[in-house]
Amino acid sequence: MQPHATGAEPSAHPDPVLRLSGISKSFPGVRALSDVALELYPGQVTALIGENGAGKSTIVKILTGIYQPDAGVIEIAGVGTHFPTAQAAAKAGVTAIHQETVLFDDLSVAENIFIGHAPRGRFGLIDRAEMLRQARSLLARIGADLDPATRLRDLGIASKHLVAIARALSIDAQVVIMDEPTAALSHKEIHELYELVERLKAEGKAILFISHKFDEIFRIADRYTVFRDGQFIGAGRIADVTEGALVQMMVGRSVDQIFPKRAPQLGPVLLTVAGYSHPTEFADINFSLRQGEILGFYGLIGAGRSEFMQALFGITKPSKGACRIDDKVVVIRSTTEAVQHGIVYVPEDRGRQGAVKGLPIFQNVTLPSLGRTSRNGFLRLAEEFALAREYTQRLDLRAASLDQDVGLLSGGNQQKVVIAKWLSTKPRVIILDEPTKGIDIGSKAAVHEFMAELAGQGLAVIMVSSEIPEVLGMSDRVIVMREGRMVAELTGDAMTPEALVRAAAGIPAGVAA
Amino acid sequence: MTRLFASREALLAGVIALLLVLIAFRFPGFVTPANLASVFNDTAPLIILALAQMIVILTRCIDLSVAANLALTGMVAAMLNGMGVPLALILCGVVMLGAAMGAVNGLLVWKLDIPPIVVTLGTMTIYRGIIFLISDGKWINAHQMSDGFKALPRIAFLGLPMMSWIAIAITLGFAVLVGRTALGRSFFAVGGNPHAAVYTGINVGRTQFAAFVIAGAMAGLTGYLWVARYAVAYVDIAGGFELDVVAACVIGGVSIAGGMGSVGGAVLGALFLGIMKNALPVVGISPFWQLAISGAAIIIAVAFNARQGRAPGRIILKEAA
Repeated sequence: MQPHATGAEPSAHPDPVLRLSGISKSFPGVRALSDVALELYPGQVTALIGENGAGKSTIVKILTGIYQPDAGVIEIAGVGTHFPTAQAAAKAGVTAIHQETVLFDDLSVAENIFIGHAPRGRFGLIDRAEMLRQARSLLARIGADLDPATRLRDLGIASKHLVAIARALSIDAQVVIMDEPTAALSHKEIHELYELVERLKAEGKAILFISHKFDEIFRIADRYTVFRDGQFIGAGRIADVTEGALVQMMVGRSVDQIFPKRAPQLGPVLLTVAGYSHPTEFADINFSLRQGEILGFYGLIGAGRSEFMQALFGITKPSKGACRIDDKVVVIRSTTEAVQHGIVYVPEDRGRQGAVKGLPIFQNVTLPSLGRTSRNGFLRLAEEFALAREYTQRLDLRAASLDQDVGLLSGGNQQKVVIAKWLSTKPRVIILDEPTKGIDIGSKAAVHEFMAELAGQGLAVIMVSSEIPEVLGMSDRVIVMREGRMVAELTGDAMTPEALVRAAAGIPAGVAA
Repeated sequence: MTRLFASREALLAGVIALLLVLIAFRFPGFVTPANLASVFNDTAPLIILALAQMIVILTRCIDLSVAANLALTGMVAAMLNGMGVPLALILCGVVMLGAAMGAVNGLLVWKLDIPPIVVTLGTMTIYRGIIFLISDGKWINAHQMSDGFKALPRIAFLGLPMMSWIAIAITLGFAVLVGRTALGRSFFAVGGNPHAAVYTGINVGRTQFAAFVIAGAMAGLTGYLWVARYAVAYVDIAGGFELDVVAACVIGGVSIAGGMGSVGGAVLGALFLGIMKNALPVVGISPFWQLAISGAAIIIAVAFNARQGRAPGRIILKEAA
């Protein structure tokens, strides 16, 4: 039923341990997965590849019993089944090792491995000696040199992964899902993880490996499956495919999303950043930004984009580098100073970093402008309402009244309140971090249109986004970051989906597509 | 927010009115204007400290050292009076000393990032210990205090003692602070969403520090009022009073999680406790029941606030919209 891409040989191998077919899943307003298929074979690593929003995490949640699919079949060893709960998935032998391991920091290694199914002794009490013995033998099996009595908190992330894998073995998992396991590991730890994957393969486990890094996909995966925008695009053997072909499948034809057409009118250079560096998060960021320009920042999650923006906004301190506004050197030591210099930042995580729930809309909007709405140190409510009304109207905010608690608004409307808050400070540079993440299509279009309008009014806009169509559709220029460094700066015809993905994933240019 | 709070305060006011009606059936003398005024006067320290505690709790902190601060400044006030220091200087001195003790709490929370409950639990014990050191554990009694020192809280003005007027003035002051100043607004922002406050350019630590200093200053002032009114100063005055203060806030709808609360609520919470304390003995309820009833009132108030504060679920069903 599914079109198999290059070189797929569906029946050349033993039967799949796990087969998903026709899986669909919708959330209000979003179709996360539509009729996708996935097969995992014993003793093989299958890489699941796709852009952000392709539906990778949704499929992991379906496999681990956290979400229920709206339609489709899950088969284990050819027998249809379903996972109503996370326990059911674990019992069926499916286990997941997450990017940030979900284990208990204050329990020992052995307790983490056996929590929920510890060996029992007399009177039904936990047999500690037996648990430690079994833990030791499990750890030895995966070649992990860990003392089972160590507290988990004292271990590094790589060792925690080992514990998670030992736990997977202890429940005799047949399917191991690894969700970007190397994202937080050092170089040496990554190699140890590869060795471990080889061992798991040798034990006949079926492994689903989710990664954005092409070098590791080509190094350890046997098969691949590509998703795009919640659709199945292709699957096959890694040996039969090239990097270029995979990139092509990942990005495909751009989605039919309409972005506001605009003729950018670039003014003089407003902001210059030279050599911005941070001891651990980013290094040597250089760019300049003109009035009326929209500058996109693209990269994989964890590439250091948000960290750089936070330093630019005065939340963290850069170790090196200078920032100039209107050709005057400015030092930004706090968010207050950033706002004074006309730089504002609309954070990615609105719930945590944006709106103050419990405060009414108008007070959220005026929070950074209280100096302007007060006289002799006293706030004037009428002025506050006027300011809030002006900016919420410009953003077409839908709310019963400005006195309403922000927490009661929808995600899109909360985003508008946060943007209104920053516009009310009359900024010159506005940084939007993932401005349309998690909001519905209608609100997305409104945010895009508004962004274009701001640039049209002469503001300089920096947009951090992980969505390729958005980056390409909105930006006049794109900077790509990878592992904390700028790896590409693209303008005009050079701004293609392929170029972005190659730069972000570290694929050298010129590899045949 | 305003609407929700208004209704919450109205409800609490209703409960207080109901309580007074019930008491009036058993003991009509309690609800005479003169007695109510005296109950109010009695509750004045609780009102002042509940307001002070409220702004601290708004910023997601708590100050358990207010009663110890009160006792220490009260002792210092009595000792200064013994040395013949003029009353005006004593008044300035207690407010500054109280503010300084609040500043110690605030600095430890701000600069060292120690949880406020731990900081103030520690300073509470330290401040009590200092009273013992400076007084050698001795009492300062009425006859060791000058008449002027003892008289100020009792001077009657328009039928109410000065103590009550001070509580009223401080209530009005807090209403302006909380409702009409940038600092007051930032208390809510810091407690409601500290991360968002940082992104908005509000210094969370400094705002919490300011709340502690104001609370300390209020505790200092109350220290003088308390010692002058009861005409005695010793190590253990107002022992355990910090919990009454927190209870008044909680009953008044101040959210322990921070970011929610109102001046009216804190005052009504304090009045509720004050009326209970004064009325239960006169209607002949044993002191043991008094404690149980006060405790029940706290739990009921918290349970009620928790129900009110619960986030509404997503409206998914069409017919519910």
